[in-house]
Order: sequence, then structure tokens, then C-alpha cells
Amino acid sequence: MSKFLIVAEHLGGKLNSSTARCVSCAQAIAGAEIHVAVLSDAPEAVAAEAARIAGVAKVITVANAANAHPVAQVLAPQVAKLAAGYSHVFGPSTTFGKDLMPCVAALLGVAQVSDIMAVEGPHVFKRPIYAGNAIITVEAPSSMAVVGTVRTASWPAAGNGGAAAVEAASVDAALPSHTRFVSLQQGKSDRPDLQGASKVVSGGRALGSADAFKIIYSLADKMGAAVGASRAAVDAGYVPNELQVGQTGKIIAPELYVAIGISGAIQHLTGIKDAGTIVAINKDAEAPIFEIADFGLVGDLFQIVPELEQSL
Amino acid sequence: MKILVGYKRVVDYNVRIQVKPDGSGVVTEGVKLSANPFDDIALEEALRLRDKGIATEVVVATLGPADCQAHLRNGLAMGANRAIHVVTDQAVQPLTAARALLKLVEKEQPQIVLLGKQAIDDDANQTGQMLATLWGRPQATFAGKVEVNGDHATVVREVDAGLETLEVQLPAVITTDLRLNEPRFIKLPDIMKAKSKPLETIAFADLGVEAGDHLKTSHYAPPAKRSKGVMVKDVAELVSALKAKGLV
Ligand SMILES: Cc1cc2nc3c(=O)[nH]c(=O)nc-3n(C[C@H](O)[C@H](O)[C@H](O)COP(=O)(O)OP(=O)(O)OC[C@H]3O[C@@H](n4cnc5c(N)ncnc54)[C@H](O)[C@@H]3O)c2cc1C
Ligand SMILES: Nc1ncnc2c1ncn2[C@@H]1O[C@H](COP(=O)(O)O)[C@@H](O)[C@H]1O
Repeated sequence: MSKFLIVAEHLGGKLNSSTARCVSCAQAIAGAEIHVAVLSDAPEAVAAEAARIAGVAKVITVANAANAHPVAQVLAPQVAKLAAGYSHVFGPSTTFGKDLMPCVAALLGVAQVSDIMAVEGPHVFKRPIYAGNAIITVEAPSSMAVVGTVRTASWPAAGNGGAAAVEAASVDAALPSHTRFVSLQQGKSDRPDLQGASKVVSGGRALGSADAFKIIYSLADKMGAAVGASRAAVDAGYVPNELQVGQTGKIIAPELYVAIGISGAIQHLTGIKDAGTIVAINKDAEAPIFEIADFGLVGDLFQIVPELEQSL
Repeated sequence: MKILVGYKRVVDYNVRIQVKPDGSGVVTEGVKLSANPFDDIALEEALRLRDKGIATEVVVATLGPADCQAHLRNGLAMGANRAIHVVTDQAVQPLTAARALLKLVEKEQPQIVLLGKQAIDDDANQTGQMLATLWGRPQATFAGKVEVNGDHATVVREVDAGLETLEVQLPAVITTDLRLNEPRFIKLPDIMKAKSKPLETIAFADLGVEAGDHLKTSHYAPPAKRSKGVMVKDVAELVSALKAKGLV
């Protein structure tokens, strides 16, 4: 039988929804027993949240002052110790999981399956390569634990309603002191989180300046949407890096995605292919974004966006 | 201080990847190959650290087939002092790449290993983390800014929540994100100069790393296509279409 250990992602005492998405990925294997590990300096609140996820059988907490910040080389030896007896060790394919899970895999001496988008069997998975332009079916050896990251956009968050037991574990692992967490500069925003939002409004290079980008924020606020951006808009400094959508930014699957002044490079499209409805606003009728948009509107965004905001 | 740079050759990022009709792979015959964009950024960062007098030597390393020499010469033309070519005809998976790079690290004793955060062919995003783990040294992945001060580096990392700063003791592994720098262009005279720079070749088998695929790929498929939608003529039509779907 498959037994899963999912490494919880959390920040500021709150569980990230990526964890519940990993749970639904694990549930794709029939009969899987699912445990969630919470490593933190003070894991209680996060563990309580994880225990409520439907489908979770047990939550394991590891409290240690060294776990106050998610330093991969500090967390990995602990996760590798906890991994004993599990057939699968999964984490989310977010920057947290991407940083950590390969370290766990290396300690266990196994390969990692990155960005799992579908489960075909306990050891067979589908994942994207080449910026999502090819989907491969990969098989991990059945003689070893499977270490994987879950492509969060491919999986819904498992619901609440669970009541898993929470167990404190002590892990006997030597932790390195060669890495010091200095700071986290967080974009402060009351807007919905880009990775979990049901609606996202994104702007591209066409906005031309940070100041002009305000019309994107304003429209997003009217719609109750999160704000995203193309790489070009981030590189140009219109918006902070955490808003980048795409192959090397965030892969998202909102119900509604509105791309404004974004051409639709493959690296951007790979980040939005799973969106429910895609709207594109671009002055160039030949822009590739229109090839995947459900609704396309050709015109000048500086005219269209304020008008759209007015009509909502 | 010596810096080792992972310099992988991949299908150029502008190529539209085609999956072979029989699902056995993607078409790579005749397509343009280039340095992994993140590795160009890694090399550029290493060169800048040398320009600042912090590094003295920059070594680029590739694990790849025999015809990767021209690719390595590009790295030399960009400014690397030396190149190491680990020759193998097999596609190298991240765990194997990390084990092989560790052998080079043991031999070269670099203070910094700069890799890309991901190779844009396999999109694995694993090798740097695995190398740091096997080496027992710190990692700073997804670097947007690197400052080296004596025996440590301060790295600003691009994470989902924003910008995280870590201080790592050297030696360490750093993987690059897109905004770390903009790689320089190669100048013609440098291409000539690169021809006489040292390029060492090592047969993969001689590294003493266990080869073999860890993951078996059984099938390649094109991604699910989104059906082409409709063009609306104005904002009013767009709004009513979205209203009809209950999206606004
Ligand atoms: C390794 C690698 C990774 C990458 N990763 C990502 C990634 O994760 N995410 C990402 O987004 N990109 C990524 N890119 C970059 C990508 O290739 C494109 O360069 C980028 O997405 C372009 O951004 P853009 O669409 O905003 O700009 P452009 O391509 O310049 O498009 C601007 C668009 O705005 C339109 N426009 C201009 N003015 C107006 C106006 N007044 N009204 C309406 N429309 C207007 C134009 O017609 C054009 O279509 C990556 C590239 C590489 C090499
Ligand atoms: N075959 C290779 N040759 C040189 N460097 C490599 C190779 N494979 C991986 N790397 C390095 O590891 C990084 C991450 O690759 P990956 O884990 O495959 O996404 C790349 O950007 C390279 O710097």
C-alpha cells in the first residue's frame, strides 16, 4: 500500500494551500495513507490546519528553533529521517518545495519526479517538460521511495472536514549551521494570493511603467482578482518578482485569467494553460495570446481597461 | 577563488518544440541548440565576480555528447578561463548530473558553484540542490542578487512570497534566476581567443559515477490543446460574455 509523507508549506503560522493540493494528488492513488509533516519553530497552529484537511490520516510535527525559516539544507535531513517507512515523499512545486525536495531526494539517493500533473499509478506520473510543450510519462523505480513535487495548478485543494491526529516527533539529525536566514521582504497586499486566486488580471510590457500599471491593480480590485505580470513587466520593474506568471514564475489555474498587453510567449502561456477562461486584450490582432484566449479583444489597453472597469 | 559554472546545452528557447508522432520523443534533429539561458546568467555572474577581483578563475563544465565542444567554446569566448567536457551520449538526469559535478568539485575545489535554477529542456530544477546536498555545503537557489564578502556570500532569492536573503558560508552552490544579470554578447575577437583556451575532456565512465536512468520515460505527448475562442468587438460584448459564464 502507498504511504505518503507530504511536507507542509507554511509562512507566518499559516498553512499554504499548496499542501492541500499535494493531498489531492496523493489521493489519486487508491488507498493511499496520507501523513503531513510540519517542520517549524512553533508548529501547533499550522498542524491544526493540516489536521483539518480531508484525507489526512496523521500530522507529524517537528518543533525546532532551527526550523523558524525554511532553509532547505536544514529541513532536508529532518525530512529524510521522517521518510523512513514511506513509499512517497511529496512537496509542492512552489519555490519552497523546489528548493527542498531535491535535497531530500539526494539524501535518500533517489531521483525526483518534478511537477507531477497526473498520476497513472503508484510509480507512474505525467509531468511537463520544455515549458509545457511536451508532457512525458515517467516511471520511478518501485524499489525505492518516490520523491516528487506536485504541480499545484494541476490539482484542486483538498477540502476541510478531516480530524487527523497530531503527533510530535523528535528527529535525530545533524543540522548544518552554514546558512543564515537574514530576511524576507514580502510584497504586502490585501489582494488575493496569486497562486490560489480564482481570478487573475495580468499586465505586460505594454503598460510601460510602474505608474501606468496602476490601472491593472485598479481593475483587479474591482473584480476581486489577484494581480500577475509577464516577465517583461517584472524585468522592467513595473511590479515585484513574485507577480511573474509563467515557466519560470508561477504556474496558475484561476477560473478567469485576463492578459492585458501581453504577447503570449510560450514561456508565459505555460503558466496559464490550465486557466478556466482566458481573456486577452492586445492591440495586435496577430498576437499569439489570441490563439489560446477564449475571448479576445483587439484594441488599446489604455482605452479598454478603464472602460472595462467602469462596466463592471 | 575559483568558480565552477554548470553550462548545459539545450534546445534554444525560441524553438517551438514538436513531439514526434509516435510519442518516442521530441524532434531535436536540425533544431538550434544553445546554452541554457540560466547557465548563461550563471556564467555572466561568475565573470562579473572575476571582473571585481573576487574570483580569479572561471571554469565552465558540460556533461554532454562529443559535439558539445563548440558550445563550450562559446562559454570560453564569453570569458571563462577553462572548460571541462564530460563526454556522454546519454541524456543526463539531475541526480547523475549532481553526482558527476560533485566529482568535478572534488577535483577543482571551487569556492562557488554557479548553476542555472533549471534547465529549460527537462525543467527539473534539481541539480543544484542535489549537488549542495551531496557535497554537504549550503545552497542559495533562485538568486536575484549575489554579493561575496570574504568567506561568505549574501544572496537575495526570488521566492513565491517575495525576496528572501540568505547568508551562506563558502564554498556553496548558487543557482541563478532570470533577473540576476543580463549576459554579455560574445565579440568576434573573443571567439578567436577562445580557440586556444584549455578544454579538458573526461569520459563519463572515468568519473566513477554510476550511470543509468533513474526515471524511465515511456511516452511523450503534446500538451492538451485549448480550443480557439472567439473575438469580441468591444467591452460591452466582453462583459456580457463573462457575465453569461458567471465570471464577473
Ligand atoms: C528561459 C526563459 C524563461 C522565461 N520565463 C518567462 C515567464 O515565466 N513568464 C513570462 O511571462 N515570460 C517569460 N519569459 C519571457 C518571454 O519569452 C517573453 O519575453 C515575455 O513573456 C514577454 O512579455 P510581454 O508579453 O509582456 O511583452 P511583449 O512580448 O513585448 O508583448 C507586449 C504586447 O503588448 C501589446 N501592446 C503594446 N501596446 C499596447 C497597447 N497600448 N494596448 C494593448 N496592447 C498593447 C503588443 O502588441 C504586444 O503583444 C522567459 C524567457 C526565457 C528565455
Ligand atoms: N548536463 C549538464 N551539463 C552541465 N550542467 C548541467 C547539466 N545538467 C544540469 N546542469 C546544471 O544544473 C542546472 C539545473 O538543471 P536541472 O536540474 O536539470 O533543471 C542547469 O541550469 C545547469 O547549470
